Amino acid sequence: MKYVDEFRDPEKARTLAKEIRDLVGRIERARRRPLQIMEVCGGHTHSIFRYGIQQMLPDEVEFVHGPGCPVCVLPMGRVDDCVALAERPEVIFTTFGDAMRVPGSKKSLLQAKADGADVRMVYSPLDALKLARENPGREVVFFGLGFETTMPSTAMTVLQAKAEGLRNFSLFCNHITIIPTIKAILDSPDMHLDGFLGPGHVSMVIGTRPYQFIARHYGKPITIAGFEPLDVLQAVWMVLRQIAEGRCEVENQYGRVVPEEGNAQALAAIHEVFELREFFEWRGLGSIDHSGVRIRDAYAEFDAERKFSLPNVRIADPKSCQCGEVLKGVIKPHECKVFGTACTPETPLGALMVSSEGACAAYYSYGRIELGSKHGRLQHGGPQRRINP
Amino acid sequence: MSDRAEATVRVIEGGLRKRGRLRDSHITLAHGSGGKAMRDLIEDVFVGSFDNPVLAALEDQAVVALSELASHGDRLAFTTDTFVVNPLFFPGGDIGTLAVAGTVNDLAVSGAKPLFLSCGIVMEEGLPVETLRRVVASMKRTAEQAGVYIVTGDTKVVERGAADKLFINTAGIGVVPEGISISARNARPGDAVIVSGYLGDHGTAILVARNELALETQIASDCQPLNGLVETMLRACPDLHCLRDATRGGVATVLNEFAQSSGVTIRVREAALPLRQEVKGACEILGLDPLYLANEGKLVAVVPAEAAQRVLAAMRAHPAGEHAAVIGEVTGEQAGVVVLQTVFGGERIVDMLVGEQLPRIC
Repeated sequence: MKYVDEFRDPEKARTLAKEIRDLVGRIERARRRPLQIMEVCGGHTHSIFRYGIQQMLPDEVEFVHGPGCPVCVLPMGRVDDCVALAERPEVIFTTFGDAMRVPGSKKSLLQAKADGADVRMVYSPLDALKLARENPGREVVFFGLGFETTMPSTAMTVLQAKAEGLRNFSLFCNHITIIPTIKAILDSPDMHLDGFLGPGHVSMVIGTRPYQFIARHYGKPITIAGFEPLDVLQAVWMVLRQIAEGRCEVENQYGRVVPEEGNAQALAAIHEVFELREFFEWRGLGSIDHSGVRIRDAYAEFDAERKFSLPNVRIADPKSCQCGEVLKGVIKPHECKVFGTACTPETPLGALMVSSEGACAAYYSYGRIELGSKHGRLQHGGPQRRINP
Repeated sequence: MSDRAEATVRVIEGGLRKRGRLRDSHITLAHGSGGKAMRDLIEDVFVGSFDNPVLAALEDQAVVALSELASHGDRLAFTTDTFVVNPLFFPGGDIGTLAVAGTVNDLAVSGAKPLFLSCGIVMEEGLPVETLRRVVASMKRTAEQAGVYIVTGDTKVVERGAADKLFINTAGIGVVPEGISISARNARPGDAVIVSGYLGDHGTAILVARNELALETQIASDCQPLNGLVETMLRACPDLHCLRDATRGGVATVLNEFAQSSGVTIRVREAALPLRQEVKGACEILGLDPLYLANEGKLVAVVPAEAAQRVLAAMRAHPAGEHAAVIGEVTGEQAGVVVLQTVFGGERIVDMLVGEQLPRIC
């Protein structure tokens, strides 16, 4: 396929893997402990597992699967708010597909739909706007979530709703922003990361400059990476090359998509519609200052939080879940107490088991073979079986 | 009786014997009431189209001679399936094609020769009769293609809103020839795994037909009866180990069923999977895995290694199998596991699907 197969050439991948092994051999630190590289974005987690990239790398390189899946980090209380909104008889609640299964404290949107709520899956916020036009007697709420990747399209949808004077459309805004999140991880005392793969899609919007603090203040190298397997391998090689050469910089592997300055039009739309919240709660990570956005006063009429009264209750994550430790790279998914037993993709307790981009779900669905092979045998499949790596 | 009286009776009886004609443009509750309207519907739309003596008898049941069944083999295969699809019509087929091909295929993958089908239809009040006629025409065409007869049926009409336009249930009877023993429990280490052609065409066609994606592709559903292909395969190798059509849940689900039932590992090579560019592209955009996409005219076979090339050649010579490919093999490493060797030489587990495959956010 044009522009896809080129980035999946096994021969080039083998060459890159060899160069990575050579580089690791030159890094003194790797002899004392594995080098931990965090891929911030869930899209990278998915790619790493889908293509078995970890297996191509030497044992001295470990991936830490970061908080970059917006579905996974959605707190339970916000899901409850979604369900409460969806269960209002006048509301058509619209959402992206993978948010349907995220568990709230009582039910997911999928269960609410089965119970009679009018929940509809859409592929774009503009689809929700279309529904609002077609159903003037109903209130159409769009569940906006995601990092800066999805934020511009939501912002533009709100601008469009305003331009059309639509009165029955609103946004339940759960958008989050990447920089404070990375900062919170870097500030964590139990953090041992050696470098970062920067999120490709987010950077397409915000550019590469906002990451400078990672290199300057925290002394960690970061490479903005694309999502094809060769992108990921090349980005790993670039991070390791920085470590080997004693450099800490922001490098851009995804130059074909990510401009240094980002996308001015997208940023303008975001700035026009959204402003930072004081704090926003993340599943598994707790509250992070200035990590979420809300709708500005000028667009209050499109803010579902102001238009409808919501329970807005904070609900603690289940005690047994160790999502936070997994997100910070302190433990691996399979080292969590409930991984594969109480917490499976069918019955997710923790956020990271929900979406296919969540670290635990990826380990469970794709990664067990890797756990097994490091210990000489293949692990069992099947939904309820415990993994003992 | 006088001549005049006899002539009058002949006219009346002739009128009664004449096949009913449906003049309405939309289905109403009367068409499910058991009265004349329903009789007209059945005679005009169903009996007229499916046209076979067993159905034309219009009894409450189809009666077929046991000797007819026994001439085909020594075991009866019996299956049922219900079809609900949105939209009813899509590139490459419609709910009628699906309803016949689906049940024919469920019989065929046991090695059975499919013979007779039943057809139960639930219609929503207000359904255009033209829609029903189109669907029934597709059923007739597909039944002819598969060489089966639709010999009995049932019609219900429910109030507007109680069902989504049209649901179809088909049950099927077939006969398994002597000596054929195909089961999901039969996979053995060393066996080859074959699929009959491009994967995920139906799932992609439905996604595109729902018009939710604004994708411009020409992809059509693969829905088709597979009994001819299975016969060809059995001629090439009567000892087929496992056979299943890969419908909902896709090839990944079938492979998991084989691996778990047989207690083996199945290893599949990603590079060997036959996939159209359009399907690859749609999966890339939506974050879907083609291994889990629905098919309606593809099967997965596990065959003894020594017969693999022979079966493959036979399949490729048949129109329903021209893009067949060996995609992997069975090993004995561990029970119940399906492993995909990625194009990179890495490996990952291919599990059963949890819930529905949902498009990813980004």
